[in-house]
Amino acid sequence: MSIGKKDILKNIGLTIYRGELFALMGPSGAGKTTLLRILNLFDDPASGDLMFGGMLLNNSTFGEKNNIRRRMSMLFQTPAVFNTSVFDNVAYGLKIRKADKDTIEKKVGNALSIVGLAGKEKQKALTLSGGEAQRMAFARAIVYDPDVLLLDEPTANLDPANVAKIEEIIKRIRSEHGTTIVIATHNIYQVKRIADRVGILLNGELIEVNSKEGIFSSPLDARSSAFINGEMIY
Amino acid sequence: MSSVDFLFEGIIKAFDLIIGLDPYVLSITGVSIRVSGTATILAALTAIPLAFALSFLDFRGRQVLITLVNTGMGLPPVFVGLFIFVMLVPAGPLGFLRMIFTPEAMIIAQYILVTPIITGISLAAIKAVPGSIIETVYTLGGREMDAIIVTLREAKSGIITAILAGLGRALAEVGAILIVGGNIAYTGSIGGIGEGLSYTRTLTTAITSETSKGDISTSIALGIILISLNLSVNLLANLIQRRD
Repeated sequence: MSIGKKDILKNIGLTIYRGELFALMGPSGAGKTTLLRILNLFDDPASGDLMFGGMLLNNSTFGEKNNIRRRMSMLFQTPAVFNTSVFDNVAYGLKIRKADKDTIEKKVGNALSIVGLAGKEKQKALTLSGGEAQRMAFARAIVYDPDVLLLDEPTANLDPANVAKIEEIIKRIRSEHGTTIVIATHNIYQVKRIADRVGILLNGELIEVNSKEGIFSSPLDARSSAFINGEMIY
Repeated sequence: MSSVDFLFEGIIKAFDLIIGLDPYVLSITGVSIRVSGTATILAALTAIPLAFALSFLDFRGRQVLITLVNTGMGLPPVFVGLFIFVMLVPAGPLGFLRMIFTPEAMIIAQYILVTPIITGISLAAIKAVPGSIIETVYTLGGREMDAIIVTLREAKSGIITAILAGLGRALAEVGAILIVGGNIAYTGSIGGIGEGLSYTRTLTTAITSETSKGDISTSIALGIILISLNLSVNLLANLIQRRD
């Protein structure tokens, strides 16, 4: 995917490669969520080109964008939970794709097993704890095998045990399904643990895109180094 | 006779009329349910799609329409009755329909009164659904219709409340239906219709006429039936919501 410019994002030139785990790192308010929303085709860039799989999406209709969006999934920092059972929440993406009943049962069971919520199918989703709700949202996001998974600070509100579980799930999905994953986070340690490549976003500007090793051992931009070393740059 | 005596007599009479399946009371109750029920169903069929259109579509005049809906929630029933009356009297623009003093005219009046109420409350219920729910539908590949269906499901309790509020308003309404319905009950057997049966007389309009005749205990009895009816509807809705 290539991004041009957007008012609150400047000089964004970025390509995400198939199957990689790309971490978008930066402090709060840097524009990470805005960039993810553009990648998920929620918002249009004010100028520049936006491409998916070689297809230019600048003048796409809502329906065309929706068809592309059906190949993606996005997970928010705070999951939105439908007022139904855990099963119905997770099955939602399959139901709107008109999957048959057997497929739905099988895939929902598998997704819930991956996120460690097997056996909670009938539970009211609104009664889940915060960590469980996020894992259920994760199951809902992966149940239809999206090509691209966009994660907006998925562990920001979770305790260390749930953070570890979510990271394990991310790694498993990527290795088993080859899903392209973009994760927005301000957690440097998380990036070290799971990412392939890293982009650092500061004040709406993508100041550096580098391999994980490159970013942490020999950053190209002095501001990257300052951010990684915990200096406040806003 | 003191007021308390009237009240006790009214309660006893209410039981007598209900248990004895009094034909006059049954026909009045039947007209009330038929008129208010039909008006509420028609209003809900208009109001709920309208509330969704006002929530999901961005069209010219949307804000004006929302203002009109909010204003309509407080429409004075007697004014609505007067307006419908002027339209439907034989000399009026819609006089050829010959609907004045019919249950149909009462349905129209209550439809006008109830539609803004159901629309307004449904609109508030839909707006209370977090934007993140709708965004999640889209992130999972849903289309606009999917977002509408999920919103309907999430706002269901509020929408049921809206319909109940509309039905409550319709059942309790008296000013408009008195003007356009005429509070007609047959005092003799006319054209095969049984004696003492209601044509356009409802529980509320009957209370006004019984009170003006000085039959306070019958009025209280009818009032108790009216309140019981409202209570039953609410209990039923409560049951449905709890089951869900």
